[in-house]
Parts: sequence; structure tokens; C-alpha cells
Amino acid sequence: MSEVEFLGYRREDGSVGVRNHVALIAVDHAGAPVVEGVSKLIRGTTAVSHQYGRLQFGEDLELTFETLIGTGCNPNVAAAVVVGIEPNWTQKVAEEIERRSKKPVRAVHVIGKGTIDAIRDAAKHARELVSWASEIQKEPCKISDLIIGVKCGASDTTSGIASNPVIGVVGEKIIDLGGTFIFGETTELAGGEHIIAERFVDEKERKKFLEVFNRYLEFAKSKGVDIMGSQPTEENIAGGLTTIEEKALGNIQKVPKRGIKGVLKPAERPPSKGLWFMDTSSSAQEQVTLLAAAGASIHLFSTGQGNPVGHQIIPVIKITGNPVTAERMKDNIDVDVSDIIRGKMSVREGGEKVFEFMLKVASGKLTAAEIVRHDNFTINRLYPSM
Amino acid sequence: MAIKKIHLHDEKDNVAVALEDLEPGDKIRVEKGGKEVEISVKERIPFGHKVALELIDAGGKVVKYGEIIGAATKKIEPGEHVHTHNVRSLKFT
Repeated sequence: MSEVEFLGYRREDGSVGVRNHVALIAVDHAGAPVVEGVSKLIRGTTAVSHQYGRLQFGEDLELTFETLIGTGCNPNVAAAVVVGIEPNWTQKVAEEIERRSKKPVRAVHVIGKGTIDAIRDAAKHARELVSWASEIQKEPCKISDLIIGVKCGASDTTSGIASNPVIGVVGEKIIDLGGTFIFGETTELAGGEHIIAERFVDEKERKKFLEVFNRYLEFAKSKGVDIMGSQPTEENIAGGLTTIEEKALGNIQKVPKRGIKGVLKPAERPPSKGLWFMDTSSSAQEQVTLLAAAGASIHLFSTGQGNPVGHQIIPVIKITGNPVTAERMKDNIDVDVSDIIRGKMSVREGGEKVFEFMLKVASGKLTAAEIVRHDNFTINRLYPSM
Repeated sequence: MAIKKIHLHDEKDNVAVALEDLEPGDKIRVEKGGKEVEISVKERIPFGHKVALELIDAGGKVVKYGEIIGAATKKIEPGEHVHTHNVRSLKFT
């Protein structure tokens, strides 16, 4: 399995991408209509738009910057145009993307110029960058070149039986082939955190994981929510889940049974290959965005009821084990493993099906979320603006 | 007496998940340690719920996914429904 596995894009910084976007990145609300406007004018560009970035402070501001910079550095991005309200922060984000990833980056600001002239300036830069990026040739690449993210959402009984175990098997294969795999969803581990903690290979990182986890429980408690005490929900119990341990274990099935190297901060790029935990929100679009900002170029997403989440920079592969969802939400589903529920497919066979699909996506096949434009890039806010 | 479909996550498990609604008298088959065992279902167990594969004593560990998901609060016979009425969490009580 050490031969060529897919055709990808080798970037200057050594990372490997599966897409070749010229990303138009909004620093704030002023950049948003500019990047959206340019994306309609110039073929081959992808707008990364949002409405935050103003009057934020501390860790919250830092995470917004890291998310924007990390998204620009994502291996699926060939080049970037950064657009913000004023020159200082816009330059800061653009320069940092250029410094870290060595890719061509341009900066455009709106103040003193106006939205329409900013669109003109950004469009001219984008035109040149698309022309340049379109010449980049795909090269033979291996799974060990990739960072792959994982999450489940709109879960149900079938997630724990089929789609999550299937992803676990795929993750194990990715790790065994020398690749990198990131999971997160800190709160969703509640009840099974002891099992995840045991899998850390390093004592210091294990402690860090439990600290991060307990911080979430305390925060929820301070707001009057007992994460541990309110699980499983009435709905879960009706579906057959008995204890919080069982519910957490259903989620944990998508985590490869391999040693976990360490804890990543939100949006932090893994320092080495292997299996990593990232402290993330459990909201699908926020988690996918944070992992993309950390350099994940493909995301494996398990869904029971059919969460259609996507991301403009990275393909999100939607896997379901629910036969009804596979049928009714066909437009949003990439891989159907519901034969596991029918007793006609093993988890291992399901894993093979997902792995093959993932290789096709890595070589350029579009996912359902890409085709229907589920461009769900979302900034994860840590606290209110001032 | 139909043979009904169940799903066993791990060889170490003492419960399996019903892949269809199970009725009293239905048979389920499970392969453990290379040999197939047939169990009679004792009561109605809906799709997605758990059925006991072995005798679990009161206080005994309930194992699914190869991990402990709770403890039996009373004796559970093979073929019985395993749920909140006879299992409690060890994590949160």
C-alpha cells in the first residue's frame, strides 16, 4: 500500500492538498461582500465569508485570526486574497499566511476606497492568481501526506452501530499508513472520557486532555447545565441507549483504536503525523472549520438523521448507516453503509467502501456538500464582543 | 420462530443490538470464540435496543463495544432486554 494512492497538489510548505482553491478570505464584515462579489466575477475563486473580526479581544480574537490564517494555509488553497476593513489587520493576516505557507497572498482593504473599488482591486489580484494556480499540476501522493478530520452529527442509533465504527476502521487504516487523523468534540466525549484518556501515549498530554475536558464541564455547570447528569436524553433512551458511557462509546467508535499523540488547541496544526485530539466545540460547522484551519484537507462525517454540513475549502464526506436517510437525503449523502443495519455488510466492508470513496475524493471527485454548495465556514466565538 | 438479526460490536460483549424488533420465542445467533450460540429471546426488544447474550449477575458488568457501559441492577438472563430497568451507569449515579 506504499505506492501512489491519489493525485494531489504538493505545496511549497510540504503539505498536500486535494483541491486547488484561490481563496478569498474576509477578515471581517467589510471584507465579506467584497469576497462574495469577487467570487461571482472570477472563475476558480472560493469566498470564505463571515461577519466577525471586529471588537473582539484576547483568546477569542486570537482564535478568529488563527482560523483565518489557518484556512489560508490549508493545503487545499493554492493562493489567497485577504480583504478587510482597514490595512493593519488585513496585512497581518495576509503576511502570516504567506510566511507560514509560502504561497502567494494579496491584501486589499475597504476604508478610503469603498466596497466596489475594493472588489475591482481584489478581482484583479484574483485573476492573476487563478491564472497562476491553474498551471499547478497534480502529482502522485500517499495517504501519509494527508491530514484527515472526523466528526459525527445528527446522530442516531445507526451512528453507533454502523457509520461511526466504519469511520473508526478507516481512521485505523489512515494511521497505519502513516497519515494524520484529528478528532475533537470535547463535550461529546462525556461519559467515555476515561476511555479516551487511557489511549494517550504521553502522561503529560493525558493530563492536559482531562484538564480541557473538566474545564468544559465546569463552564457548563457555571451556566446551570450538568452535561453528565442530563445524558442520555429521553430520545436516546427511547432509541435503546441506556447509560452515558454507552452513548459516549457510540461516538468514540469513530476514533481509531490507536495511541493518541496529544491535545491540539483549536485550529492548531498537528506538529507530527498520527492521531490527535483537538479541543473543539461539538457544533458541526465550527468543528469542521477548526480542523480545516489546522490543515485537514478531507473531513469524514458520520450522520444518522442527515446533517448536510460542508466547507468551501475542504470536501466533507457524508457517511450514513441509516437506510431512510440514505434514501430520503440522497442529495447530501456520499457513502451509504446501511447494509450493516440490514446485516448484509460488515463494519470492515463498510470501511473499505468509505476508504475507496475517500481516495476518489482525494483525486478530485466532488462530494455532495461541495456540489450543493454547503459552504459552512464558521468562526467559533469564545466570548462576546466588547 | 424466526431467526432475527442482531449486531455484535466486539467479541468481549455480553449484549448485542437488535437490528429488527425481537419477539418472545424468536431465536438469535451469535458467534463467539469461533462457535455459534443460539439464544431464545425472552421478551419484546425493539430495534436498536440490547439483548443479553449471557447470564449477567446483579452487580455484574454490562459490556458493549468491548468496554463497560454500566452494571446490572438485577440478575439478567440470556435473551432478556437490557436497558434502564436493569442497568445503571457507573460513571454517573
